[in-house]
Amino acid sequence: MSKLVRTIGWLLYAPILIFGFYVIMHGHLTPGGGFQGGAVVASGFALLIVAYGAKGAGLKERLLSVVESGGALIFVGLAFLGLGATFFYNFLAAGGGVVFNELVPPGPNPGDLNTAGTLPLMNWAVGLKVLAGLGSIVLLLALFPSEEE
Amino acid sequence: MDILAHVPILVVGIPLLGAFATPLIARAGARARNWFAIFILLLTTALAIALAVSVFQAGPRVYVLGGQSFGFTLPSGYFFPIRIILEADGLSAFFVLIIAVTTLLGAIYSTAFMRAHSGLEKYYALLLLLAAGMFGMVVTGDAFNFFVFLEITSIAATGLVAFRTGRAESGEAAFKMMVLYNIGGLLVLLAVAILYGQYGALNFAYLAKLIEYSLLDVVALALFVLALALKAGAVPMHMWVPDAYPAAPAPVTMVMVANTQIGLYGLYRICFSLYGLKLTPALVGWIVIILGILSIFIGVSMAVIQRDLKRLIAYSGIAQIGYMLLGVGVGLAVLGTPALDSYGLMAMKGGIFHIVNHALYEGLLFLAAGAVSYRAGTRNLDQLGGLAHNMRWTAFFFIIGGAAIAGLPPFNGFASKLIIYESVFKFNPILAVIALLASIITLAIYARAFQSVFVGPKLPAYKDVREAPPSMMFAMAILAALVVLFGLFPDLVVRYLVSPAAQALVNRAQYIEAILGAGLGVR
Repeated sequence: MSKLVRTIGWLLYAPILIFGFYVIMHGHLTPGGGFQGGAVVASGFALLIVAYGAKGAGLKERLLSVVESGGALIFVGLAFLGLGATFFYNFLAAGGGVVFNELVPPGPNPGDLNTAGTLPLMNWAVGLKVLAGLGSIVLLLALFPSEEE
Repeated sequence: MDILAHVPILVVGIPLLGAFATPLIARAGARARNWFAIFILLLTTALAIALAVSVFQAGPRVYVLGGQSFGFTLPSGYFFPIRIILEADGLSAFFVLIIAVTTLLGAIYSTAFMRAHSGLEKYYALLLLLAAGMFGMVVTGDAFNFFVFLEITSIAATGLVAFRTGRAESGEAAFKMMVLYNIGGLLVLLAVAILYGQYGALNFAYLAKLIEYSLLDVVALALFVLALALKAGAVPMHMWVPDAYPAAPAPVTMVMVANTQIGLYGLYRICFSLYGLKLTPALVGWIVIILGILSIFIGVSMAVIQRDLKRLIAYSGIAQIGYMLLGVGVGLAVLGTPALDSYGLMAMKGGIFHIVNHALYEGLLFLAAGAVSYRAGTRNLDQLGGLAHNMRWTAFFFIIGGAAIAGLPPFNGFASKLIIYESVFKFNPILAVIALLASIITLAIYARAFQSVFVGPKLPAYKDVREAPPSMMFAMAILAALVVLFGLFPDLVVRYLVSPAAQALVNRAQYIEAILGAGLGVR
């Protein structure tokens, strides 16, 4: 792509990533969550691939694959950790753990991140899975040559 | 922590965990990956047996996801369930056993069969994901959860059918499947949305208590029947089956057979447990019977003319799905009348017994056909011949499978077909005659297939063909042994496996009470 596109892409990449991670992080308080935030981050990857090409974007399929499996494992693992009561039991909420152990205050709040138990962790797990999964899909689509060429 | 208390979710959770861990374990080498997948499925099989035993002994099991206690279906202050609740009754336990056995043997068979392929960590991950989805569909008691697991099985199955990307047929079959499965999945979603819009709940038991059979409920029922009959591959929604079965690797085809039967599970669950006597049993029963008769007739007559071994088995498998629809359809048609006790329940037992028999012998036939194509390199009946000289055991296993699918004694297909013929004859003699004739044609089809693949002089092209590798022989031997055992002791199988499943279908009140009557406390 032209230098203009590459420069703008490079400039926009960081804000897109930050916004995506913000959506993941605030998933238990505001609209959005792991899937939406992960998709935003993956759109940043897509921008890089469009601007610099599949090889030049610096994305590694092996690394994305590990992150994807890791995200899914964290999600299912958190569900398994609740087995003291039941599968998916929110064992951190309401005083059960040291972090995220407060209830989400009803109504508008200034962004009390330290709430909702395992939900923020699960949002991160889903976010990692989705950003790596969608990222590798976009990467593979770009890597395989199309039939016309 | 009491492991047994958590068994209903563990049969779903363990394969799911295994599916996501497989790509990481695969970094340690192919051997570690294969053993890990087999270990996970062995563990799941043990849990599945534990679940089935506890359900057969103590009645339906419920499990509340994310609740403070797994039996806490109705939190205080609520009079309907709000969490996702799993409910495993006799029918679920019956299917859980089928899924566990087929996926475990499929993974064992795959270790040799798929050795030459690359990217196998994704293959085993998809296989485990398919297992998790199927387990989820049969143990869930929640309509939306049912849809989610249906989609998981659809996506995993499509990926597995498309796995051998080097072949043009794989991509074509997988695309066809993907389109049809997606249409089916969306129909189920629409039906769930209709029920949710009317009753504001998603729990099957609670919906079953409220359901009124209004016009919208009729629409939802029609959507469910259409989508799940498509998933089961019943005529006239069968067109993806003869493409997908031959295109998939042989062990996947065996698991796919179990996957189509999960479509039947959904159909039975919706008709009997969700709607029950509220629907017009005679009408819906006859619709199911007609789907069954069409499947038997078209499946058998298309199988006669096939030249591809796996395609032939796929078409005759469609016919066998017809027997299951016929048996249970007769039970549905006489639901709530005195005829249910005189022959309806027996017909249902025949249909349900045929499900487990079909999973075993159809799996055996596909594995034997896979062994033939693995060694001889083709599945074309015109080119093959004389393989029994070099592949004695595979030929022997194929005879067992062929005799069982044709309903010859003393194999398991005979036992279930006899029950179906006898009870359906009392309902309507013509239906029984059609089923019997189709069975005779099936015998002719398999005699011809066996003759053209295994019998005859040694062909020069196949003079160096060797017997299948040990892991493939092992999977086939287990299935063949089960086929013979189920044929020799059908009374035991019917008493301990099939009867509880049929009773669970008829006993709708028990299904509802397990969730709405249990209340506080732990079962």
